[in-house]
Parts: sequence; C-alpha cells; structure tokens
Amino acid sequence: MTAGVDLGVPATQAIRSDEDVVRVRQLVRTTAVAVKLSLVDQTKLVTAASELARNTLIYGGGGTAEVVTVEDGRRRGVRIVFADGGPGIPDLDQAFTDGFTTGGGLGLGLSGARRLVDDFDIWTAVGEGTRITVTKWSR
Amino acid sequence: MALSAEQSGRLAGLLTEHADRLTERWTEIVAGSLRGRLSQAELSRQARELHRSMVDAARQGLADLADQHGGELRAVLAELSTSRARQGFSATETAISVFALKDALLELMEEGRDAGTLRDFVAYSALIDQMGLFTFESFVRTREGLIADQAEQLLELSTPVVKLWEGVVAVPLVGTLDSARAQVVMERLLQTLVDTGSPYAIIDITGVPAVDTQVAQHILKTVVAARLMGADCIISGIRPQIAQTIVALGIEFGDIATKASLADALRHVLRLTGVETTSRRARRES
Amino acid sequence: MERVPILKIGDILLVSIQVDMSDQTAIQLQEDLAERIVATGCHGVIIDITALDIVDSFVGRMLSTIASISKVLDAETVVVGMRPAVAITLVELGLSLNGIRTALNVERGMELIAASRSDEWDEADVDEDAETTATS
Repeated sequence: MTAGVDLGVPATQAIRSDEDVVRVRQLVRTTAVAVKLSLVDQTKLVTAASELARNTLIYGGGGTAEVVTVEDGRRRGVRIVFADGGPGIPDLDQAFTDGFTTGGGLGLGLSGARRLVDDFDIWTAVGEGTRITVTKWSR
Repeated sequence: MALSAEQSGRLAGLLTEHADRLTERWTEIVAGSLRGRLSQAELSRQARELHRSMVDAARQGLADLADQHGGELRAVLAELSTSRARQGFSATETAISVFALKDALLELMEEGRDAGTLRDFVAYSALIDQMGLFTFESFVRTREGLIADQAEQLLELSTPVVKLWEGVVAVPLVGTLDSARAQVVMERLLQTLVDTGSPYAIIDITGVPAVDTQVAQHILKTVVAARLMGADCIISGIRPQIAQTIVALGIEFGDIATKASLADALRHVLRLTGVETTSRRARRES
Repeated sequence: MERVPILKIGDILLVSIQVDMSDQTAIQLQEDLAERIVATGCHGVIIDITALDIVDSFVGRMLSTIASISKVLDAETVVVGMRPAVAITLVELGLSLNGIRTALNVERGMELIAASRSDEWDEADVDEDAETTATS
C-alpha cells in the first residue's frame, strides 16, 4: 500500500489552529510543485490535505502533518502523514460513508480525500488516536 | 559458454583471413531473407561494420558479449536493431541479420576442419546466439519506445477542441477512449471553456467505437465539472450500440442533453440562446 | 485574521477572494456579506474565485450557505471563475454545490444576474398589464 523510498528530510507542520490548516495546504502545494505533479494532481492532493488537516484539528483535537517526497523507481510522489492523539474512530466503515458526519460538516472529508489520492492508509485506535497516510504519484 | 583466449584469437584470424568471403556470404543470406527491402550497398556496409567490430573485439580477447571488450560490438548491434525496428522490419528479420553470420562461418569452417574445429564452432555459435539475443532485446526496446512516442503524439493529435460558434466549442472524439485520454480531453475542454469564455460545449462521440463504464464516468464527470464552472455540455453522436451499453451498464446520464448528431447539438445550443431572446421579445410585445 | 473585501458596483456586490482563506475568514465573509446585502439593498452577489487554487468541502459549504442566505434576503448569488482543476477535484470529492449558480467569468456572471432580474421585472410588468386590462 505504501511502497516507495523516502527522499530527503520530511517537513512537519503542527496542526493546532485554523491558520495551521492553511499552512499545511501551502507546505503540501510547495512540495507537490517540487516533484512536478500535474496541475490537476496538485489541486487534488492539496484539497485532500485540507480535508484531512481539518479532520485532525476538529476530530483529533490537533496533531501534526508530516510531508515528504517519495520515489518508487519509476515515479516521484508526495506522501503526507496526519497524526493525532485524539479519541480515534470507533466505526471506520461508517466514517468512510459519503454524507456521514459527527462534526456538522458535509461528511465528505474522509471518503472524499481517499478518492483524491493514489494510496490511502489509515490506522486508528479508540482512545489512542488516528494516523492517516496518503500518497499522490506523478504520472 | 565463454570463449577462451585462444579461441577468440583464432576467431580474429579466421575473420580477417576470409573477410571478403564472409561479408559477401553474410550479405547474400540477409538479402535473401529481406527480399530486396534494403539495398545491397546498405547491407554490405552493415556487414563490413559488424565484421570490423567483431574482429576488433576478438583481437582484444573477447570472452563474452557482456564483457568490457564487447562495448563497441554491442553499440554496432544496437544501432543495427534500432534502424531495423524504425524501418519496420519484424523481429525475425532483424535477428536473421545476426544469425546469418553463423551460416557463413559454418560454411567456411567446414572446409579446413580438424579435431578442434567443432569445439571452436560451438563456442562461436554461442557467441553469435548471444549477439542475436542482444539484438532482439534492443529491437524490442526501440519498438517499445516508438509505441510510447506514438501514443503520446496520438494523444496530442486526437484531442482537438474547436470553436463552432460564438460561445460554443466542440470536441470531436475519434478512436478508442481510455482513461488517460479521457482525462486529457476533459482537462483540455474545460481549459478551452475558460480561455474562450464559451458557456456551451459539445462532446461529439460519433467516432468512438465503444464506451465502457470508466469512459462513460469520465464523460459524466466532465459534464458535471463544466457545470460547476458555469458552462453546459451536450453529448452528440451516440451510436445505437453505445446507447445499449450505457443502458445495460446502468449508467445514469440524468438530465444531460444528448443529441443524435453534431448538427442537432449545435441547433439545440443556438435555439437555447435564441429561445431566451425570442421569448423575451414576445413578452415585451404582449 | 484577514478579511475578504466586499465591493459594491451598482446593484451588485462583488467579492473577489484573493487569499488562501482560513475557516474563520470564510465564516467572517459569510457574516459580512449578509450584513452588506441588507445595508445596501443590492439584488446580486458575485463571488469571484478565479484566484482560489483549491475549494475544499468547507469553502464549498460556505458558498452554498451564502447562496441560500442571499436568496432569503432577495439577492441572487453567482460564483464565477472556477478553475478547471478545481472543478475536476470537486467532482472527484463528490461536492455538487447544489443551488449555486455559476458562470465562467465576472462579465458572464453580471449578465446572468441582469437576465434573471429583468425576467422578474418582465413578469411583474405582465402582471401589472393584466391587472390594468382587468380593471379597465
């Protein structure tokens, strides 16, 4: 699911406020431009990052986003790890259903973000937190 | 099976001694298999070049095609197979250009044979097999490169977005639509809408032989994306088989306008813009 | 916190979003716009998102809410200038922006508002005509 070699030093952005979500977007965009993702792919990745960073803030009570460039021999990509020490997600299937929300949003955050990236990996434990890893590859 | 130092030395001697006879025979065999599609002069030039690089390699003590003395020979073989691939020869025809050497060499060695000749020939034969395989690999690589280039060119060529009328653009799609191409079409169409400020787009699929679920989804997504941007899409030229597939696959085209032909679609758009003005005029008159 | 400026041009309020908005800025814009519609009595709102390189579900929801609020306050909202990449992403995200009218650029947006206003006036005219004929 998460193949590829990490390249370079990951950049970490804390997510503690609204403004931090904006900073995550900017960091992801800079990295996506650097690995030459197409404009549409950049837009998809930044949008997914925005959704997930907001989730980390609202549902996870804050956390971090770690952005790193990766390579698998043929292509380069951007990998982002969102981690929080929040309550975790009790029912994953439900959380991935379009339109399901506990936070008053549109309920498209998780399921929508998964459609926008190439690789999506989630780890969650009730009472411990949630860790979501997404990767977008260049074509 | 590697060549011993003596064997490569003897090969160099043999090749030098009968240089003219070998290249002539080699040219003859290859010319027979290619049936006049390459000129005699071109073939004998290639034979001499291959011969020269083999002599050089054998003199340096070539033991295996992959070792450091084989560099020049490999380059010549790669060039030979690249040119064959580009000229449209088949893999067999290309490989024969190398294997013909085996026949020429066998005829030569049969004449002055002694106890060691057979062993030598088996070793040379193994070397020529290696050369043949190498040629084949280069051939395939070149072909793959050609195919990739052509696919890209095709993608560029096959997705024109044309302006049909003031405020109306059209994409006439021709040929098989795969996911990658559908995506390129989609992006280009949407960008043209922005660049030309056209609120109407016609996607004409008269030239598309078949539509699968994925392609239909791509077209649907394009229509929805265009709507989000403030433009309307009309799909025209849906063939009967495609209409059947769409229904059989259970794809919902919803409220998307579909027309039989590009002409019908254009008429529909013109009427849309026209109807507004006429109805307004009608109201004012009343 | 940054605030998105709202310009009044004739009968139209023009909002051109030029910054990467935080969620707070988006909520603030929603409130400011409602107040300005009432204060100015404008009947059209154009939100220009040409400069936005992404629209996520939060901003999408904000646009829908603005459209609904202005409808209640008798103003028509048109979102203009959405980039192709943004539109493609929104489709993939599954956000349909229901109830929002869109146009390719500010000019087309103004035409759209003018057309729908004139339709309303025309209808009103027809009604009046009908009344006068009835009474006379």
